[in-house]
Amino acid sequence: MIELTVNGTSHTVSSDPRRTLLDVLREDLKLTGTKYGCGEGACGACTVLLDGQPVVSCLVLIGEVQGRAVTTIEGLAAEDVLHPVQEALVAEGMQCGYCVPGMALLAAALLRQTPEPTDEEIVRWMGGSLCRCGGYRAVLRAIRRAVGPGANDEVQVK
Amino acid sequence: MKDFEYTAPATLRDAVKLLAEKGENARVLAGGTDLIVQMRGRRYQPERVVDIKKIPEVNELTFSPRKGLRIGAAVPCHIIYHNSDVIERYPGIVDAAMIIGGIQIQGRATLGGNLCNASPSADSIPALIAYGAIAEIQGPQGKRKIPVEEFCVSPGRNALQPGEMLVCIQIPQSKSNTGAHYLRFIPRNEMDIAVVGVGACVELAGRGKAQTFKRVRIALAAVGPTPIFASAAGASLEGQSVSEESILAAAEAAKSVAKPISDMRGPAEYRTHLVGVLTKRALIGAVKRARGEHVPNAVQEHESAHPVYTLS
Ligand SMILES: Cc1cc2nc3c(=O)[nH]c(=O)nc-3n(C[C@H](O)[C@H](O)[C@H](O)COP(=O)(O)OP(=O)(O)OC[C@H]3O[C@@H](n4cnc5c(N)ncnc54)[C@H](O)[C@@H]3O)c2cc1C
Repeated sequence: MIELTVNGTSHTVSSDPRRTLLDVLREDLKLTGTKYGCGEGACGACTVLLDGQPVVSCLVLIGEVQGRAVTTIEGLAAEDVLHPVQEALVAEGMQCGYCVPGMALLAAALLRQTPEPTDEEIVRWMGGSLCRCGGYRAVLRAIRRAVGPGANDEVQVK
Repeated sequence: MKDFEYTAPATLRDAVKLLAEKGENARVLAGGTDLIVQMRGRRYQPERVVDIKKIPEVNELTFSPRKGLRIGAAVPCHIIYHNSDVIERYPGIVDAAMIIGGIQIQGRATLGGNLCNASPSADSIPALIAYGAIAEIQGPQGKRKIPVEEFCVSPGRNALQPGEMLVCIQIPQSKSNTGAHYLRFIPRNEMDIAVVGVGACVELAGRGKAQTFKRVRIALAAVGPTPIFASAAGASLEGQSVSEESILAAAEAAKSVAKPISDMRGPAEYRTHLVGVLTKRALIGAVKRARGEHVPNAVQEHESAHPVYTLS
């Protein structure tokens, strides 16, 4: 059996070594906010924070998370108050929403490390998450909005 | 995925024992960003996976003037490129570590895994070869060391024997007047594979107009079955003055050792052409760094005609 903490609560889960963190989050813990996209680490839909570090949960074996702390999109808001990044993503209006949980966690990790990122820093950091609707400008605006005023300035990145 | 046994030994001795017992049927797990994809795709179906991340020696990241830089085989890219010694003394390593996948991949992917996976297009290998890095290997019979340019033997195959594992990558102390640069050409910044990559490391002698190349190492990615050490191209510069002409001649020499294939990422002639362009830019970037000038990391080569690549 594997013990891990998810969003502050400890859990004990089956240790079939073939299972990934993503499988366990979705199937055992029913935390379906974390999405399955490509299964090869290339799309970012399954991004979670592992001890605070963004990782793609489809490329983490369950054995590797023994004793570690995971944050999923279900744990990003504090009680009923959305994280500023979530607030901003809602305000900017996304389309299908499939990439949004991963994008929100990735952006939250950026702002914790770099509270006032430049556009270049935002673009580099967010490059590991794909949006099939092509809503990248909305994501950029949302992150700027979460940082502070000026979020609606014209997007200048090439 | 086929069923397997997951193990996470706490010592090198136990890891090597677990590997040796299973021979070809055991595989080391570092960041898993190659291995887990390969296991799911059934390219590898190991009976035993040996997760090395609990072993102290492979988590080492230290610099000392005597031993140079030691990068443990399980240290992920994001730790490497945030390390102040690496930033200050080994910017060519930062260039490579910052472009392997995106942020989520860099949180897990290691340079040890990049090297052991032995892909011809692996981004860190040309940078490591340019720096003259050494692979430190542990096996049931003890330790041995081999130069990184001898580590990859064919696509996906390395020089490790069954039971052996990479412990650390050692990069010699960088002398003053030394600079290095790695760049790649790629159609998309993240999540793609280099069409061509080139790493260069130069040591300069003298100043001003009399400045010459003292020692030069150049290595190429994605233009052969393994990363290529273009030793003659580097050696041809030694003793030459630092100029556009000497650099262009070395770029031609690098093109002559490239053996690219044609595939969906580009025809062979195109890749050979790119080797010339990138060798010139890698050398200029390395020279500038050797002179103490700033050259940004993670410059993506599709940002064409970047002003940084002219000699002043
Ligand atoms: C979305 C995505 C994007 C990527 N982008 C890039 C890129 O831009 N550039 C690039 O070069 N690569 C890229 N990769 C490939 C991969 O991330 C890198 O090769 C990475 O450095 C591998 O390191 P790892 O620690 O994850 O290795 P692992 O997957 O853990 O291991 C890789 C291989 O090496 C073996 N191995 C690992 N460590 C050891 C050891 N200490 N001793 C012996 N054998 C060992 C493993 O058994 C396995 O066969 C990408 C991968 C993904 C999923």
